[in-house]
Amino acid sequence: MNLQEYQAKQLLAQYGVPVPAGEVCATPAAAKDAAGKLFSGGHARVVIKAQIHAGGRGKGTFKSGFQGGVKICRTADEAMKMAAAMLGQVLVTKQTGPEGRLVGKVLVAGAPNIKKEFYCAVLLDRALSRPVFMASTEGGMDIEQVACDQPEKIVKESINPAAGFLPFQGRKLAVALGLKGDLIASAARIFGGLYKTWWECDASLVEINPLCLIAGPEGQESLLAIDAKMSLDDNALYRHPNILAMRDLAEEAPLEIEAGKFNLNYIKLDGSIACLVNGAGLAMATMDIIQHFGGKPANFLDVGGGASQEQVTAAFRIILSDPNVKGILVNIFGGIMQCDIIAAGIVAAAKESRLGLPLIVRLEGNNAPLGREILRGSGLAIISGDSMADAAQKAVRAVECAGAEERV
Amino acid sequence: MSILVTPQTKVLVQGITGAFGARHTRLSLDYGTRVVAGVTPGKGGQTFEHGGKKVPIFDTVADAARQTGATASAIFVPPPFAGDAILEAADAGLGLVVCITEGIPVNDMLKVKSALLGSGTRLIGPNCPGVVTPGEGPDSSGGCRIGIAPGYIHKKGHIGVVSRSGTLTYEAVWQLTCRGAGQSTCVGIGGDPVNGACHLDIIKMFNDDPETHGIIMIGEIGGSAEEEAAEWIRRNCRKPVAGFIAGATAPAGRRMGHAGAIVSGGKGTAAAKIAAFKEAGIAIAPTPSDMAGTLLQMM
Repeated sequence: MNLQEYQAKQLLAQYGVPVPAGEVCATPAAAKDAAGKLFSGGHARVVIKAQIHAGGRGKGTFKSGFQGGVKICRTADEAMKMAAAMLGQVLVTKQTGPEGRLVGKVLVAGAPNIKKEFYCAVLLDRALSRPVFMASTEGGMDIEQVACDQPEKIVKESINPAAGFLPFQGRKLAVALGLKGDLIASAARIFGGLYKTWWECDASLVEINPLCLIAGPEGQESLLAIDAKMSLDDNALYRHPNILAMRDLAEEAPLEIEAGKFNLNYIKLDGSIACLVNGAGLAMATMDIIQHFGGKPANFLDVGGGASQEQVTAAFRIILSDPNVKGILVNIFGGIMQCDIIAAGIVAAAKESRLGLPLIVRLEGNNAPLGREILRGSGLAIISGDSMADAAQKAVRAVECAGAEERV
Repeated sequence: MSILVTPQTKVLVQGITGAFGARHTRLSLDYGTRVVAGVTPGKGGQTFEHGGKKVPIFDTVADAARQTGATASAIFVPPPFAGDAILEAADAGLGLVVCITEGIPVNDMLKVKSALLGSGTRLIGPNCPGVVTPGEGPDSSGGCRIGIAPGYIHKKGHIGVVSRSGTLTYEAVWQLTCRGAGQSTCVGIGGDPVNGACHLDIIKMFNDDPETHGIIMIGEIGGSAEEEAAEWIRRNCRKPVAGFIAGATAPAGRRMGHAGAIVSGGKGTAAAKIAAFKEAGIAIAPTPSDMAGTLLQMM
């Protein structure tokens, strides 16, 4: 699960990371009020930031033609105008894909005087099975690009999960970023807070980019988290009801939400051959074999170990709501389940869904011959595959034929 | 021989009274596995009965191990309690712990792994199908089945199989069995980003096992465990290895069912893993239908 910037900042602030004063607003009037408060509180400028689960907002374009999802304002009226231009509009950035994301909220925050930008993040180091702290002087940039072009600009601290992130590690990182004097201790405190946010919230990533060195009115320097990104370990959400309440369903694909209700793991892709498979590895491999034989998979769909009739019916309904789908490949390895029971479920689900597309089924495992018998005797035009390769080739051919008929 | 377990291995089941644990305990007993104890806190003194066999239930793993001589555990307890269950098994001195549970939080596993450092316990999983050493009876019965893999697809023989995915393991095993090639041991190491034994740990064991003559290694997108195993194979492995990597068509940044199956920051792509396999002289199965065929051609 991903969080919006303002939600990530709320959590970070709870762990002692300083963030700019601000409010999240859903209407232009609220944005005007919020900006007004910030101006009367002494802020010379405020920033209006579209809240979507994607980066590249500043350089993004709204479908309305309005440029930029991050805007600096000097008056409350200007803030209202900017918020009005963003709210209810679809923002397209290099991370959203061409369909963009609907902006339902904007963050209105004080915009300080930035002297320097840093990058810092905590994530999982899979190779070591430890958390790792990453920091860089190249703040505000795409960190993957920095890792690729200037890997020497990224400093890392590996963290022993039993000991936690230690103060000396924070100081080392601060010094590596070129900070001096009192800023070393304040950076170390912020880094400690960032790690604590990661650990205690069960995050998979917490990123502050940029963490800014800012100058106050009298020139005094301090550090402030200007932008933040956070994603969470879905397996741990059960112990964080407060974070689960932050889930933004508008940011998730409706079909994927629907699939989740039936314990189906569905990810939509842009091909024409839908697949329905038991097991994540086999589901990926099924997508791969479709492509190997010249087709394009329309989705990833793992029905888990069971493949019950109810699940298969729900899966067909979800698959069929994608207009690009021209055929369905079912690939089930019925290890423990009986293939005849699975076959009966598939037949019933196909009838219930009034399936009009080519359906190719490969059943292997317990009672597989009996399962194939049931498919043959169903009265439905089900194509049976002997192996994964055979089924995938038949699926590709069936979809090609359907395409050819359409063109005629 | 085999690796990790033999038909003589005495197994205990943590979570034996839950629906999932009970079901697979029955299947393991049917397979002929020596399930000698169950553990469910609060149900100590009761008995798990199936097919005329009686398995005593204990409150703690320590008691179960002491009284029955079990040396391996299968864990079927729900995710919030699974980390605790793994460490309880390690505390009881079991040599092998196989955790089937899917959905354990990453931070729990980070703590578990750091607590296991230096202990004599080897962890397989979590989120895995388990370990099977096939037996000599009909449909490979008489072997040791720890976990949820279908027993009958196996056949006793000389191929080692290691995989992150359950159903792809079954696929490979069934392809081997249908071609008359049996298996020494089949190991599902699990699809989580933080797990116990990695590909490399298992490959080293297969390499040292005189009964294993060839290896199928199945990987998937995410992480770099396959690359590390491939590098070791390139330098050290004396046996033919065939491989398959799932997820070449998976979009970047999306988690493909398994918590660990994700390409993030351009890392963990199928292309990089396939390149590492080729570099190491591992024969790549062109499709998942050709895993057994690819290995058998090398032998």
